Amino acid sequence: MTSPTASTAPGAPGAPTAPTIGTGPLASIRGWVDLYVATMRISIASQIQYRVSNYFYMIGMVTEPVIYLVVWSTVARQQGGEVGGFTPGEFAAYYIVWTLVRNMNIALTPWAWEERVRGGELSGMLLKPVHPIHNDLAGLAGWKAVVIVLWLPIAAFLSLIFQPTYSIEPIDVVVFLVAIWGAYVLRSMFLWLLGLVTFWTTRVGPVFDIFFVAELLLSGRLVPLTLMPDWAQQLADVLPFKWTFSFPIEALIGRLPADQLLRGLGMQVLWIAISASIVAACWRLAVRRFSAVGG
Amino acid sequence: MPEPAIRVADLRKTFRVPVREAGLAAAARSLFRREHRDVHAVDGVSFTIEPGEVVGFLGPNGAGKTTTLKMLSGLLYPTAGEAIVLGNVPSRRQSDFLRRITMVMGNRNQLQWDLPALDSFELIRAIYRLEPTAFRQTRDEFIDLLDLRELVSKPVRNLSLGERMKMEFVGALLHRPQVLFLDEPTLGLDVTMQKRIRSFVAEYNRRFGATVLLTSHYMADVQALCRRVIVIHHGRILFDGALADLSTRFDSTKTIGVTLRDGTADLSAYGEVLSTEEGRTLLRVSRGDAPDVTTRLLRDLPVLDLTIEDPPIEDVIERVFADARDERPTAGAVAGGGRE
Repeated sequence: MTSPTASTAPGAPGAPTAPTIGTGPLASIRGWVDLYVATMRISIASQIQYRVSNYFYMIGMVTEPVIYLVVWSTVARQQGGEVGGFTPGEFAAYYIVWTLVRNMNIALTPWAWEERVRGGELSGMLLKPVHPIHNDLAGLAGWKAVVIVLWLPIAAFLSLIFQPTYSIEPIDVVVFLVAIWGAYVLRSMFLWLLGLVTFWTTRVGPVFDIFFVAELLLSGRLVPLTLMPDWAQQLADVLPFKWTFSFPIEALIGRLPADQLLRGLGMQVLWIAISASIVAACWRLAVRRFSAVGG
Repeated sequence: MPEPAIRVADLRKTFRVPVREAGLAAAARSLFRREHRDVHAVDGVSFTIEPGEVVGFLGPNGAGKTTTLKMLSGLLYPTAGEAIVLGNVPSRRQSDFLRRITMVMGNRNQLQWDLPALDSFELIRAIYRLEPTAFRQTRDEFIDLLDLRELVSKPVRNLSLGERMKMEFVGALLHRPQVLFLDEPTLGLDVTMQKRIRSFVAEYNRRFGATVLLTSHYMADVQALCRRVIVIHHGRILFDGALADLSTRFDSTKTIGVTLRDGTADLSAYGEVLSTEEGRTLLRVSRGDAPDVTTRLLRDLPVLDLTIEDPPIEDVIERVFADARDERPTAGAVAGGGRE
């Protein structure tokens, strides 16, 4: 049997914790980069274990845009080769990029929070000296690295079948590469906000439904926004949904002039700032609530 | 005199839980008037723990142990009272505070299920911003201490419960916390594995002078690690003191083991016979009578062997809780006043 230790232990009471990488702005940046890279690497390694199920998941997800694509291409041909400014080739380009954007802006669903609280995962997160949103952002970002690799053959296959037409400038690609991550961060913030509602009540299914229906209609997920009535397009301009979906797609397929590209990035920054501020405020209240009722 | 590592004063946690009778009528009534009941999980607890102390926190299920530990680690916000850990208010959950503590719960898992534990350790390094060389040194030292060298490269899902728990301990201590909250850390483990975990905790405490607050239903854990115990029941402290004093305070008996040269005999005239096995009889006598009974046994009978022991600690603890259930005053109890 081990002998009792207690206060007679020879170790120095209150000995310092393990050495860290230091303080200061540079060390701080290095620390954040290190955290994101480490979390993404873990996520990639985990997802590779599930590569087959991930592939089936992606193939299942392609069904939705293919249906939209077939319907709108048929309508365009019946309308004399164009509808809402889209030719069948441009529809093909729109919905093929759609498949990538849809996967890239997947974020933690609000329903996951209930399991997080009930399963005790949240307690583990709260004991760490880092805000849990970083774990989610970096973890799902790592998953997306796997998704991009899996997406390439699917995109090649769809391109072979539907013959998309692109008119891409280098700036479109650059903006797309930024906008796709902006879209992901923005959508993550809003889904996090919805998830935090479960700290107060779990009966918020209808609220989630309203959000997702509004997103479906006003983001460009269901149809390109130019096919929507004017009032809907104006409404979409001032809401966050468009900047998570339609904007990165249209940026890559070359439908936006330079000023629209810059405005889109600006809107993403604005909405990210707004949603991040609300998340920060609500998170404090949610933790207070959680720590009041127990977990 | 150093500041206490943990200082708790009149700490309370009350949960408000909805109550409703069964049946349709009760369901309809609850639409208009919801009834609640206050559950006092922790009801005015006070204690201090000095840096480097290892303290056992004992109590039956629902006594308030885990709730107290959660308040001390910042997971729960106290309803009233004060808790200070390493000079911090835990409920503020400041990063600097969280870097200096850890909490190990026997049924929780912080390791990535599908990956080798080494990958999870790397993530922990990044989360706590640990200096890589020192991190590797600590990690390898802990891996060797727990004999995990062959296992750290296997996916966690392929490890046994005990192996996983050892990995959890490595992960929980990589940042070398100064305060350890251990909530049933050996739950469900076999005896060998429990012993290994206990040795590791003792070694960590010795090496780094860490403060440890441990809950466990296995008294072997407590006896191996803790000189001091705090006994809690119904959210109130019943005893706070040396483990050795527990039986003196709560059990006024001694157990005398007698082996006679010529076999067994009826010893009921000397005390309460607890058992007779393989020629050895166990007698329970009051603490005050023990010297006199011993003298009589030695004088009257051909005694081959005789021992006088305190009752097993499990029996003492059981008696403490039984006394509390009966709401009888317990001699020397620390808790102030009875329950309302």
